[in-house]
Parts: sequence; C-alpha cells; structure tokens
Amino acid sequence: MARLKLEGLKKTYAGDVQAVKGIDLDVADGEFVVLVGPSGCGKSTLLRMVAGLESITEGELTIGERKVNDLEPAQRDIAMVFQNYALYPHMTVYDNLAYGLKNRGFKRDEIERRVREAARMLEIEEFLPRKPRQLSGGQRQRVAMGRALVREPEVFLFDEPLSNLDAKLRVQMRVEIKQLQRRLKTTSLYVTHDQLEAMTLGDRLVVLNGGRIEQVGTPMEIYARPASIFVATFIGSPAMNLIPVAYLKERGNGLLDDLPPDTDLVGIRPDDLRIQPPDAPHLVVESTLELFEAAGAESHLYVRLAGSDQPSVIRTAGQSPVAEGETLRFHVVREALHPFNSASGKRTV
Amino acid sequence: MQTKRMTFPGRWLPYALLAPQVIVTLIFFIWPAGQALYQSLLREDAFGLSSTFVGLDNFRRLLGDPLYLNSLSVTTVFAVGTTALSMGVALLLAVTVNRLLRSRNLYTTLLVWPYAIAPAIAGVLWWFIFHPTIGILPYVLEMLGYRWNHRTSSVDAMILVIFAAAWKQIAYNFLFFLAGLQSIPQSLIEAAAIDGAGPVKRFWSIVFPLLAPTTFFLMVVNVVYAMFDTFGVIHATTQGGPAQATNILVYKVYADGFVGMNLGSSAAQSVILMIIVIALTVVQFRFIERRVNY
Amino acid sequence: MVEHRPLGNALTHLILILGVALVLFPVYVAIVASTQGPGEFLRGTLPLLPGGHALDNYRLMWESGLSRSSAPPAGQMLWNSLIMALAITIGKLTISLLSAFAIVYFRFPFRLFFFWLIFITLMLPVEVRIIPTFRVVADLGMLNSFAGLSIPLIASATATFLFRQFFMTVPEEMLEAARVDGAGPFKFFKDILLPLSITNIAALFVIMFIYGWNQYLWPLLITTDPDYYTIVMGIQSMTADEGNTPWHLVMAAVVMAALPPVLVILCMQRLFVKGLTETEK
Repeated sequence: MARLKLEGLKKTYAGDVQAVKGIDLDVADGEFVVLVGPSGCGKSTLLRMVAGLESITEGELTIGERKVNDLEPAQRDIAMVFQNYALYPHMTVYDNLAYGLKNRGFKRDEIERRVREAARMLEIEEFLPRKPRQLSGGQRQRVAMGRALVREPEVFLFDEPLSNLDAKLRVQMRVEIKQLQRRLKTTSLYVTHDQLEAMTLGDRLVVLNGGRIEQVGTPMEIYARPASIFVATFIGSPAMNLIPVAYLKERGNGLLDDLPPDTDLVGIRPDDLRIQPPDAPHLVVESTLELFEAAGAESHLYVRLAGSDQPSVIRTAGQSPVAEGETLRFHVVREALHPFNSASGKRTV
Repeated sequence: MQTKRMTFPGRWLPYALLAPQVIVTLIFFIWPAGQALYQSLLREDAFGLSSTFVGLDNFRRLLGDPLYLNSLSVTTVFAVGTTALSMGVALLLAVTVNRLLRSRNLYTTLLVWPYAIAPAIAGVLWWFIFHPTIGILPYVLEMLGYRWNHRTSSVDAMILVIFAAAWKQIAYNFLFFLAGLQSIPQSLIEAAAIDGAGPVKRFWSIVFPLLAPTTFFLMVVNVVYAMFDTFGVIHATTQGGPAQATNILVYKVYADGFVGMNLGSSAAQSVILMIIVIALTVVQFRFIERRVNY
Repeated sequence: MVEHRPLGNALTHLILILGVALVLFPVYVAIVASTQGPGEFLRGTLPLLPGGHALDNYRLMWESGLSRSSAPPAGQMLWNSLIMALAITIGKLTISLLSAFAIVYFRFPFRLFFFWLIFITLMLPVEVRIIPTFRVVADLGMLNSFAGLSIPLIASATATFLFRQFFMTVPEEMLEAARVDGAGPFKFFKDILLPLSITNIAALFVIMFIYGWNQYLWPLLITTDPDYYTIVMGIQSMTADEGNTPWHLVMAAVVMAALPPVLVILCMQRLFVKGLTETEK
C-alpha cells in the first residue's frame, strides 16, 4: 500500500489541446479518492496518466516512494478496473484473473491461491471455468474487480466501473466496492461522472472541471460549502438554485446586507426552500408553481419566481400545498445561502 | 489514418514486423513493375543483344497494331459477356433463393462450390462438354440443326470461353447478391405491398434500386475478374484462337512476351494493363468510400 | 414475408433446380467421363451414366499419370499443389498479420508510406507484369522450386487490410488491460490478438487456400521440371495432344484437382462466406 502523489500534472495533446491543466493531489495511504466531473473534464485522462496508459506531458507522479512518470503500466504496481471491463473474451474467468500474475512470473500454486482467494471474496468461484460471454453484466463486473484484486497492487484505479450496469445493480456493487476497499485498505482512485456515486464512495472527492481542480474535500464539506458555482450545481440533486442577489434585495429582504460586497448570486439547495415559515429570521419569496413532481418519499416543486423568469426547484416531503398555476410562497433562512460572485464563479465567503 | 489511442513503444520493432511484407512487395511487385515501365520505352534488336531508347514508340506501334486493337475489342466482348451472363444468372438465383426460408441453406450450398474450381479447370470442363466430336452439347445442338465447332468458328469459341468464365463466377455473384438482398429491410417490401405493388413491381421499384450498390460493386469486380483472372480459361482451351478470336489482353501479353519474345511490345502491353487495373481499383474504392458515407 | 402463393413457390423451386443443374452439370459430366473405359469415346458421344472403370482410371492417374504427356503422376502433382497452396496461405496470413499489427499498434515514421506500398500490390496482379517478374525469380535462382512457386505470391494487401480493419474493432481497453497485466508487444500479439482473430484467420485461410491451389499462370511460368508441376497446370499439358486426348483419364485428373478446394468450401461454408464477403469490403 502506498501514498499517491500528483504534482503539477499536465497533459497536452497534439495541436496544443490541453486536457489536464496542472493537477496537484495527495492521496494518503489507504484513502479512497473519487475524481468526479462532467464528461470532458479530464478525469479519465488523469486516471489513465496515473495508470501509465497516457504519457505525462509535465509534472511528477509518485507512487509510494517511486517516481513513476516513465514506467510502463505494468511496472507501476497499479491495477485497473475498466469501464467496459476489458475481459479477454477467449480466456476463462480463471485465466483472465491469472494472466497478469503469469506475466509477472508467479509460481503456479501462488497464482492458484490468489485467484481462489479473490474469487471467494467476490463470490465468483463457480464462474472460474466459464468464458466472459457466459456471464451477466454484474458477474463480469466482479471478474474485472477480481483481476485487479489478485494482483494485490499498491493502488487500485477504477474508470467508471459501474456505468454499464443497471440502476439496481449499480447501487449493490457500489456498496460492495466500498466494503471491499474498507477491508483491504488499498489506496484507490475512482473516476465517475455520477455525483451520487462520488458522494457515497469517496473518503474525499476531487471535483474536476475543464482540466482543473474545482474543489477537494470530504463529500460533506463539498456539499455543505461548495467552493464555486460549478461545484454547487454539479453536486446534489436536484441541482442547487441560483438566484440573483439584486432580485432578492428588490423584494426588500434586509437579511442580505451582511453578504460580502462582491456577492451577486446566492445558491440555495432545493431542500432549503421551505414552504412552512421557520422560527429563525428568513427571506420570503413569492413564486408560481409550474409543475408538481411526486417521487415517492420526496416531491419536487418546479416554480417560477414572481416578477422574474427565474426557475427554481423546491424539494419537500409530502403533498403540494397549492395547485399548479397558483402562487406559492417559500422561505429561506440566512444560513442556507451560499454566496457567489458570478464573474469569478467563486464563493465569496 | 488512425492507430489505437495507445500504442506500443518501439523504434525498430514495427519495421521488423513490416519487413517480410515490404521486402516481398518490393522485390516481386514494385521492381518488376518498374522494369516493365522501363522496358516499355526500349526496343531490343533481333538477337536481344542491345536495346535502344525509343520513347513512346512501343505504345504508338501497339495502338496502331490491328492485332492489338482486335485484342482490345475481344477483351471487351469477353468481359461484358462474362459479367452480364454470370451476374444475370446469379441475380435470378439469389432472388429466388431469398424467397425461401427452410431450403435456403441447402440451395446456397449447392450453388457456391464452383467458386473453388480453378479457371483453367473450368475451361477444361467446358471444352470437354463442347468438344465437337464427343461433347454432349454439340450433339444436342446438331439435333437442333446447328453444327458447333469452336475450333473453326470464332463465335463458338467466344461463347465457349464466356460460358466457362461465367460459370465459375456465378457462385461469387450469387453470394453477394444474396447478402445484398438480405440487407434490404423487410418492412420496405411490406410497405410497398401495402401500397399495392405486386411482386414484379416490387422487385423493379424497390429491390433492384436498393441493390444498386451491390450491383455496381459486382460489375467492377467481374470486369476485373474477366480481364485478369481468366488467363487459365483461355490458355487451357482456345489459346487465343481461332484466328485471334479469343486472344484477350492478358493472354496476348503472355503470348507476345513469353512465347513470341517481343519484350518491348509486351512491356508496353503490361503498362497499359496496369493503367487499366489502377483505373478500375480507383473506381472501386471511390465507390466503397461513398458507400461507407451513407 | 409478404404473401407466398403455391404457384410462386413451385416456380421458385423450378428455377433453383434448373440453376443447380446448370451449375452441377459440367462436374457431373466430368465424373461420368472419369468412370468410362478408353473405348467409350471412340463411339462418339459420351454416355450419361457412370461406367465401371472408375477405380482403374483413378488408380492409373494417381500412380503413373499419362505416359504420353510430360506430366508426372497425379498423386505427386496433388502433393505439389498442396505444398504450394499451404505455403502461399500460411505465408500470406503470417506476413499480413505482422504488418497489420505494426500498422495498428505502433506509431512510427513512414507508417502511411508503408501502408500505401502494401496497398499498391492490389493494382499489380501477376498477369500484368509476367516477364519482368519471371526474370527476377530466374535471377534469384528460384525457378523450379517451392520457394519460387510461393514466395512471390505471398504479399497480400487484402489480408493486411482485413486484419487492420479487425484490429481496429478490438476494444482499446483490451490493449490497456494487457499492458496493465504486464504484456509486451509479443505477449499481447500471441496471447490476446491472435486468439481474438482466429475466426478471421480461418475465414481468410479458406479463401487463400483456394487462391493458392488454383494458381495457374505462375506455376506455368516458373516450372519446367515436372517434379514441381501442380495439378491445375498439369492437366493442361494432358490435353495438349489434340484429337488424341484420353478424356476419361483427363477427367479423372480434373475431378482430383477440383476435389480438395471444393471440399474445403463445403466443410467450411460459413467461414468461406465470411471470408469472401469481408475481404471484398
């Protein structure tokens, strides 16, 4: 097990396209870090640079004590789980798991022991003699995990490993990956575009946008104090509402006077828009209910603010108090406001 | 042209991997082709002792030579005849086989194997069938009042070689037509049926136009086949006769150069043939590109 | 399926049976002829039913061949054909796999140049450059040898393109996973790429075996020693003696010459169709 250190990593493709624009990141021994961001943000490229599948244009990559920039993937002591699993279709599950060990010159009985052990852990023992095409999506996923496991590497790399599974299986595998990582305590770097997956899996999250880090932190830190408008709207579902400060001030809400002067936008999470007036001092906003969406345990109210085109979402438990098309009044306490500057995109406090 | 997103490092390895193919290509393809090009500009004296540069004179002579012009027109008749006959028969068979479900594979098996027969063997088979004294077809034709003799009649000889060449090629065309037919969505045919088109109308207004890419592709391939792969048919049967009636271009190159030892002229003929192949290949690839873009 | 009328179905089968008959007829005639005794042909037209001399004719051709022509026994010519066909097939497959591997899995200077160089061979069939090619082979001392029969024919643009095409469809992750698993170029080629290509290799094998077996002009040019005659070109020398051809024996040789490639097609029909339709695209 090892610490993973990225210092000023950059990737420039032919034609001066910068995919990764300087990433510094320190992953502690045994930590589970998730790289999350929209497609094209450079998260996969970054992971592949760590794996050695993409060359590093600039910067330094250290695994354990070794600088590994110029090492072959096989020499970096990493293992990777691919998005489409990349199982060798002509080999049995056993051979798929054993291939990397064979190439490294392990003894037959050691290979056997490790493969059995990984198969037992992942409950795929009965599939060992089968070919990948005879397995279901979830089973293939486990085999792909097993291939990484048998290697007992310093670092696990996951490239969107759950994105090809159906919703139910995805939740199940998510839990299993988390438990497995807790048990093995192997340093892990995990790429996903799914913010829920990122929140639930990671010890820490790295939110990437346009080849740069927007914010690093624990899931709750990032949820509670998003550092930028991008992070605010990317993490959390439904996405955070953004309302211009000017609009709120027009409506005579004196509560906003203590915001930093460069704040022109406030973010409010859908669950912080309350229909019942709270005891604490709060803002009151009038809106028109456009659509009511019942999603079981919770409901979403899509509204449009009065005297403005601004749409917003309210998350609440239970039924809608008014009919669609009618006026809805909602309330926000001061603590629920996330102040931003729209020009810089950054949080102001 | 693409490679994989990720490639292997290695400075010499790729060249080593390419070496066998490239060496064979250079020695046995590029060098001889260059030689042909070079030779076509020279003329050797009668004893082959010295040669002089004559520019395009070999080509000028060739295009003024009635025998060569005859060979050109013979090749045209032969290529068009072979292409039309084998494609026509193959299309008919493919359309009929495509109507069937259960027996489709059986018929396909029975129809595809002549692909395996060498052109020369096909030639010998039809030569035998058409043999004026012991062949079966001349016997039947004689009862119908026609005296068949491909040794003296140039028409008979041409028919013989066309039959032999086309017969072997039916299997190939059949398979491509069948694949083309099977790629036409059944819903189109059903839509046409609902629009009130009968089977014949459906074929000519829906199926045939949709087969056009396959048909065009096969036309090019068949012309190439008839022009270059049928040397065996001619050599094993008529040997270009009677009276040059089946002396197609590839046979003439061989006969003039190898038997007649007229190197300059033979080289010039080679060059002309190369130009024809290149033209046909370009046409074929243009067309494939267009098809890919659909 | 849109409606099928019984009359239409009858017509369908009628057309197909006629078609099959047309296709089979020449070979039927050949088989019948190969079972006749020497006297049958003197009476004029060939009988349409098999005679009783099959065994004699085939054994005679297999063991001693036609004494009057220069051709050796058919058994030996078949053997020569087999060696030539296999050498051409295996040679083509090997060098095409290697070149396609280099072109797809490596980046190196002049890659495009080499690609086009291989491509050009498509445009230079042996028929159009007979004499200079013959000279090269003669200068290299490869006349009357199996090397001369096969090596000049093993360059293959079609096979290289097919493998290139196929390699491009192999998922990128296959290479990446293999590299993470510690496989270098040779291991990847042997352990992953070759096993994945096996259907394509088999399909091309069928097509190329037939191509190799059916070579005619090339062996005609470079073999003067009957020890190297192949069956397809050897038959031609048997019919050279016009008017006096022992057709029953020639037809026995024809059947023997056609049988191996036909069997290959019939046994591997699916691979054959795949190989044929994919190489031409």
